[in-house]
Amino acid sequence: MTADFRLPRGGRIDRDSALRFTFNGLSLTGRQGDTLASALLANGVHQVTTSIKYGRPRGIMAAGVEEPNALVQVAEPFAEPMLTATTVELYDGLVADGLVGHGRLTDEPDPARYDSKHAHCDVVVVGAGPAGLAAALTAARSGARVVLVDDQNEAGGSLLGTDDYLDDRPSDAWVRDVVAELDATPDVLLLNRTAAFGAYQDGFVLALQRRTDHLGFDAPRHIARHRIWRIRAKQTVIATGAHERPIVFGDNDRPGIMLAGAARTYLHRYGVQVGRRVGVFTTNDSAYVAAIELAEAGVDVPVLIDARHDVPPKLGAECAARGIDVYAGHVVTGTEGRDHLTDVHIGSLTGWHADTVVCDTLLVSGGWNPAVHLFSQLGGALRYAPGLGAYVPGERLPTARAAGSAAGAFEVTTCIEQGAGAGRDAARAAGFSPGVEVAVPVADARAEETPSAVLWSVPGEPNGVFGAEYVPNAPFGSVPDDARFVDLQRDATVSDVLRATGAGLSSLEHVKRYTTIGTAHDQGKTSGLLAAGIVADALGEDLADRRPTTFRPPYTSVPFAALGGRDRGELYDPVRVTALHDWHVAHGAEFEDVGQWKRSRHYPRQGEDMHAAVLRECRAAREGVALMDASTLGKIDVQGPDAAELLDMLYTNMMSTLKVGRIRYGVMCGIDGMVIDDGTVIRLTEDRFLLTTTTGNAAMVLDWVEEWLQTEWPHLRVFATSVTEHWVTVPLVGPRSREVLATLAPDLDVSNDAFGFMTWQDGTVAGIPARVCRISFSGELAYEINVNAWHGLALWEALIEAGEPYGITPYGTETMHVLRAEKGYPIVGQDTDGTVTPQDLGMSWAVSKKKADFIGKRSFARPENLRPDRKHLVGLLPADPTVLLPEGGQIIESDHLPEPPVQCLSPHSPAGLNRAHRVVAQPPVRMLGHVTSSYDSAALGRTFALAVLRSGRERIGEKLYVPIGDQLAAVTVTETVLYDKEGARRDG
Amino acid sequence: MTADIATRRSPLDGWTSRFTELAPAVRLAERPFLAQLTLRLTDTSRAAAVSRVLGVELPETPCTFSSGTGPHGPVEVAWLGPDEYLVLAQPGLQRTLESALREAIGDTHGAVVDVSAQRTTLTLSGPRARDLLAHGCAIDLHPSASPIGTCVQTLLAQAGIILLVRDADAGEFVVLVRASFATYLAAWLVDAGMEYREYREQPV
Repeated sequence: MTADFRLPRGGRIDRDSALRFTFNGLSLTGRQGDTLASALLANGVHQVTTSIKYGRPRGIMAAGVEEPNALVQVAEPFAEPMLTATTVELYDGLVADGLVGHGRLTDEPDPARYDSKHAHCDVVVVGAGPAGLAAALTAARSGARVVLVDDQNEAGGSLLGTDDYLDDRPSDAWVRDVVAELDATPDVLLLNRTAAFGAYQDGFVLALQRRTDHLGFDAPRHIARHRIWRIRAKQTVIATGAHERPIVFGDNDRPGIMLAGAARTYLHRYGVQVGRRVGVFTTNDSAYVAAIELAEAGVDVPVLIDARHDVPPKLGAECAARGIDVYAGHVVTGTEGRDHLTDVHIGSLTGWHADTVVCDTLLVSGGWNPAVHLFSQLGGALRYAPGLGAYVPGERLPTARAAGSAAGAFEVTTCIEQGAGAGRDAARAAGFSPGVEVAVPVADARAEETPSAVLWSVPGEPNGVFGAEYVPNAPFGSVPDDARFVDLQRDATVSDVLRATGAGLSSLEHVKRYTTIGTAHDQGKTSGLLAAGIVADALGEDLADRRPTTFRPPYTSVPFAALGGRDRGELYDPVRVTALHDWHVAHGAEFEDVGQWKRSRHYPRQGEDMHAAVLRECRAAREGVALMDASTLGKIDVQGPDAAELLDMLYTNMMSTLKVGRIRYGVMCGIDGMVIDDGTVIRLTEDRFLLTTTTGNAAMVLDWVEEWLQTEWPHLRVFATSVTEHWVTVPLVGPRSREVLATLAPDLDVSNDAFGFMTWQDGTVAGIPARVCRISFSGELAYEINVNAWHGLALWEALIEAGEPYGITPYGTETMHVLRAEKGYPIVGQDTDGTVTPQDLGMSWAVSKKKADFIGKRSFARPENLRPDRKHLVGLLPADPTVLLPEGGQIIESDHLPEPPVQCLSPHSPAGLNRAHRVVAQPPVRMLGHVTSSYDSAALGRTFALAVLRSGRERIGEKLYVPIGDQLAAVTVTETVLYDKEGARRDG
Repeated sequence: MTADIATRRSPLDGWTSRFTELAPAVRLAERPFLAQLTLRLTDTSRAAAVSRVLGVELPETPCTFSSGTGPHGPVEVAWLGPDEYLVLAQPGLQRTLESALREAIGDTHGAVVDVSAQRTTLTLSGPRARDLLAHGCAIDLHPSASPIGTCVQTLLAQAGIILLVRDADAGEFVVLVRASFATYLAAWLVDAGMEYREYREQPV
């Protein structure tokens, strides 16, 4: 049932507009400038949903981010879960439903864009209420760079919810003037609809800007919907205002019960009366103003219940003049109503008087909690202010200060004064002299007369007095034993808190986890302090003596999509490509990810799977000629008089004896003697070398070199420079490679005598200056041709053309892996895992015995590294030459697998002993090692594998087993080199 | 070398039309094939000789670059570390400069490496160039913080870059990016600039 609760005048809404929207299936109309909540209230809709645990009807309680109840799921234009109706700006066509606790994520792809932006300033001001505006303007007038963020659609903060005058003008005129001046000041950035949700060390503030949500269906697609602002400021001013605190009483959760300040906001900002007959329950003067203003707007306000015995004289008189009965020393003891409030039970604190008042709405004010969240996030200590019943900033921070209501000031002129002061101090701390002072206007707001009382919860018994007669329509169907709700979203009551303290919990952090209070979407903005107060009372302690909980980011919910920003799809992670990438794509390459690189894995022809393509590519490399893109190999230029000395320390083998013009394979170990990388070293001149590294370790090796040079050996005159991407590297492989190269490099003598294995020459290939190296990672005759990357594609295409008569075949990393494995060449990171020494790999020949020292040398003498049963790299030949062993497969001795479950504890252990006393027996199946590489080989005509195997070299010839599923594959241990053991193919 | 020019291809070959769509808010272009040399020099007594070769003083202040015109035409020298510089010169000069610099620094306390193809160069200018960079670069590029001559090594989106501020007030920047990251960064820039294509409107 709906009715019109829009007042004939007032509000910051466009009365000529008509925004149609659907809520819970109901077609309704609101106005431009409404929130979903204000539009619902204007239609007389209070109930938004039912509660998560007890299924009790719940309505709109607040007018901002502190809303604990009114969760909605937006269905149109795009599904978005768990928004508060009080923060959704209304637009035409909005479809939303009330939400019972949990939202639902859509499985549709999100068409919106999200992004982020960095901003830098001298002073960031959070909140554009009276304090924040004054702070920003003061800082701006001093010449500071200012960023002002505010979560509302327009500046003004609390002023938007009042009809106060400043300097005899409506307060929005003052706001307009300040905003206009800020807009006109260079280097001032005012961000509306932007919630600062995190404040961190060093002046880092994160904020979420909702840029197009309010446009609904008209949101332009090219504009990022949400933007994360990463703001870095020298000084931070926190002017985040305050949240009104409710009071706990029996059945305090019925729709129609709301915060008094929220009712003021709905009245003045949206032109909405929240009810026809409105009662007020307060502990402080501020709710009197709400009562008076509602009465002035024509609303029937029969009663104001004040828990204090002393009524503020002037405000009390104003109430009396408007026919509002003020009950001093009274509290609300309970309420009635099913889907909406109907009656309010009141009683005197002394117990001699009780009454029931018919009301459809009850406004509640238990005081105001300064929004100290960001101050606390920054590590600022909080202090309990007994007069407020709330925490306020309790210390001075060097780079942040709070002002206005966030600092516990509630009079508008005080807020403006404090804001101006904070802006001045912040600018000064950032190095700016104050400019023209911001004049503090004269306000007509009613002043506070009587101090606030602090009341967390109305005293009384949970049962009997409170609405236990209520029949829930909850899906979960339970009836609460107490209807005094502390956290409405979590359906947590005073009894729940007392159960926690009764169970011996005293820390609020523990009580929070025990009761779940403060863990919902609102993070306890209305409930946290109530819970703290109730706990303190239950324990007979003073809140001032208790440590407050620490506020942590985010202050309000932040969608993951916003945090993800534009780092999704093709921009999720950088894709590194070589200069030849487009050719690979055009020629149908399948790619594999190697770190951030895309590398061609194979080039399937029509109808080929990877297996077929790899066999074909391997055959071409072994029998004809083939080429691949090896540009991703790391390359480091090392030069200086001490370059050879450095390399002798970095590699296990001797590099200083390498002659200019020659190349040597080298192994690098960590200080633990384990292999970390391998590659080739080319001696360019007496004091200049070019190292290659594995693709994945290029950056690591350069860092490694720099670390040693900068921290241990700064005396060495040597410089290392990455040149990985300066070069395109193309291995030209196969018995016909010499002929292809000769065609393209007529001035290069490519004969084996003139151009021997492991030597290099500079020359011209296909008209391009090139460095050609006789390096082979396949065992075949091969040349690695390096050219400036700009010419890489020209080189590649020339090689393809020149090799065409020989059937030249491009091959990918998979074929490279097979070819090298057939020759027993390990790949660091595949056949090694950080626990493998050069000796384990059978590379003792690469470990110098002459060098006095090198990285890892000392570790080779450790007993652990000398154990005969270390795992060695070996070859495995499956007995069935068609069986492809799984990489990672375990190697065992037994030819049968025991039935599961495998018993690992001794069956003879006495049953009564605890675990520690049982004897752990040998596992029945001893795992001897595992398969590291496994392929089908065209050259061998069978499958084969490399493996690391305990005492592997002593087991050559042995028959062992590798489980594949529930089968065992028999394998024979072999040496690692399976193809061309004599190395006859190397020289063509 | 004539073969050079006939066959060379820059990392962002083919991106021009996509870059042009960002104008007039952002004028984005690749300036390919610049001669780029890494210069390491620990012997400061050689700095004068280097300056004579380049016609530009080596930058002494960290995170700055110097520029000028010398015997080899316009040159920029970026400070990358306490003894590390990046020399940028006109295309084709890398070999000439490499030997000239090697001669100037001697053979004991420095190094010269041709890294011309290691990175490519992007120029960004226009009224929204600084905004565009602010979407992915955490450095404060306001003229008061990054005046003309600023040079920083930083991240733009997830790619490491060297950033030179040519004209802080007019918003003119040079971005050097590793060749393998160039297409990622180009795609990122074009995507980030989507809002600024409608430059006539103020963004929301």
